Amino acid sequence: MGYPHPIHPKETPVLSKHFGEVAARSYAGWVERGGYVALKKAIGMAPDDIINEVKASGLRGRGGAGFPTGMKWSFMPKDTTRPHYLCCNADESEPGTFKDREILRWTPHALIEGCAIAQLAIRAEMTYIYIRGEFTEPYHILMRAVDEAYANGVLGADALGSGKRIDVVVHRGAGAYICGEETAMMNSIEGRRGNPRIKPPFPAVAGLFGMPTTINNVETLAAVPAIINHGAAWYATLSLSSPKSTGTKLISVCGHVQRPGTYEITLGLPMKELIYDLCGGMRPGHTLKAVIPGGASVPIMTPDEVESCPTDYEGIVAHGSMLGSGGMIVMDDSTDLVYVIMRLARFFAHESCAQCTNCREGTAWTTRVLERLLAGEGKASDLDLLLDLAENMTGKTICVLSDSCAAPVVSGIQKFRADFDACLNGSRPTVTVGA
Amino acid sequence: VSAHDTAAHDPVFAGDVLAKLEALYPKYPDKRSLLLPALWLVQETRGWISDGSLAEVAEKLDLTPAYVRGVVTFYTMYHTHPVGRHFIQVCTTSPCGMCGAGDVVQALLQHTGCGDLGATSPDGRFTVSEVECLGACGFVTPVIIDDDFIDSVMPELVPDILARYP
Repeated sequence: MGYPHPIHPKETPVLSKHFGEVAARSYAGWVERGGYVALKKAIGMAPDDIINEVKASGLRGRGGAGFPTGMKWSFMPKDTTRPHYLCCNADESEPGTFKDREILRWTPHALIEGCAIAQLAIRAEMTYIYIRGEFTEPYHILMRAVDEAYANGVLGADALGSGKRIDVVVHRGAGAYICGEETAMMNSIEGRRGNPRIKPPFPAVAGLFGMPTTINNVETLAAVPAIINHGAAWYATLSLSSPKSTGTKLISVCGHVQRPGTYEITLGLPMKELIYDLCGGMRPGHTLKAVIPGGASVPIMTPDEVESCPTDYEGIVAHGSMLGSGGMIVMDDSTDLVYVIMRLARFFAHESCAQCTNCREGTAWTTRVLERLLAGEGKASDLDLLLDLAENMTGKTICVLSDSCAAPVVSGIQKFRADFDACLNGSRPTVTVGA
Repeated sequence: VSAHDTAAHDPVFAGDVLAKLEALYPKYPDKRSLLLPALWLVQETRGWISDGSLAEVAEKLDLTPAYVRGVVTFYTMYHTHPVGRHFIQVCTTSPCGMCGAGDVVQALLQHTGCGDLGATSPDGRFTVSEVECLGACGFVTPVIIDDDFIDSVMPELVPDILARYP
């Protein structure tokens, strides 16, 4: 595999420092690299002190929503009369996103250590790591690491001689994007169809098996050991822009760049530097046309919006989109945005759990209308129809899958109207796309 | 093999496979949570999930066959019909689709002899399936054959790759 790439001077390797080192996958190799020191430290801390440290670091959820991690942990009840659970979301499947995969493949013990520390903080005895079924290679690597962690006494009834029980179970999904939605994930672990649940109750009140539960993304949990080791103040200084966006972020870049891959940046790095310096810019002879910065479900950005945009939570919002999961799809001038959006809509239509009408019907009809535009059979009224569908798919369902389908459609029509017009006026070669 | 022939079902959960299932019991507070892992064990052992296997899983976990069917059909990776000896998944979602995944699909269909997506080749060797996002968008085109992840597949590489799967 032609990956990982050598670390670029503009990267800040915290999580990615040992990507590419096969030896880092083993328990011994991880301990040699400073592994499980943070867990030992955390065992000596009061749970609330761990939570406060993570709060002070400014760490925010790396799965997409960007919710402050320490605050999420603080929602968990303090009493332990009932079991508490931690779920680690390793169901990475947002198109454009392939960052957690690198953590799972190269530094599985960083994740296990993060899970163990989080368990201490939220007073849980058990983590379920929900890994998507298609991640066959990462699954086998993670399973080996978990077995090794048990064999070396890091996990189990008396974790690291602390007298505390810390357990990690890896639960394998079976091909459903929606199970990355936290309440669908809990249903899936419970052996049910992966339908999202209505909130409230929120997971911290009644989550997995009806018990208080916290769900964190792989990258979020893997960042915790470094925060415990080096301190919240150190992590909080890692920012090139907004004080609300601290630390490093893995950004997986794909599409028409010269060097696609997963890069670790300090939040706030100009998006232009990420695309042109780290990823080598466009293919020769091509110019930038569009960027989807945070996985398939965020609005599409124009080159003008990219021009002055810092890569952080607030900056991307101010420039017309969202950081999301950090899965960045870069498109050059050869790209037909209508095709890209149709393909995204087809993705969401395929992955809709179908319990809400607006999503089940909306994603399917959006896909069909886009397909007929591409086939040269569109009507002038189709763009209004798409926008009408999008409006009825936003904020009207149990989860945000249908909103996610609507976002690229709306931003695509608003910002790349010429591509849609070309489908209508016959100036574009027609493409027949399978239903 | 008929997908609906339950009369002569040879139990999946015996010996090692049963031991693997039983080793999972302490990890969950109830039996129903073993459903996805149990279905994986069936598929790993038999290649697909027949009605007979489905009923067996239901009995083991104190569930009804109808409930188990509802779950099985929700998840795309469980096969409810026999598939080829080697199951091929190729990603065609936007990032892959705009970087040439469609040509890889065509090459796979042609060189396996499958003809159509979801169909099994006449020699029973391959089934090709188009899947939504494999989470490997920077390694276009990603393909999974059985448990093997293969990145950066291009149409001209397909014959050599297939030769590794007799």
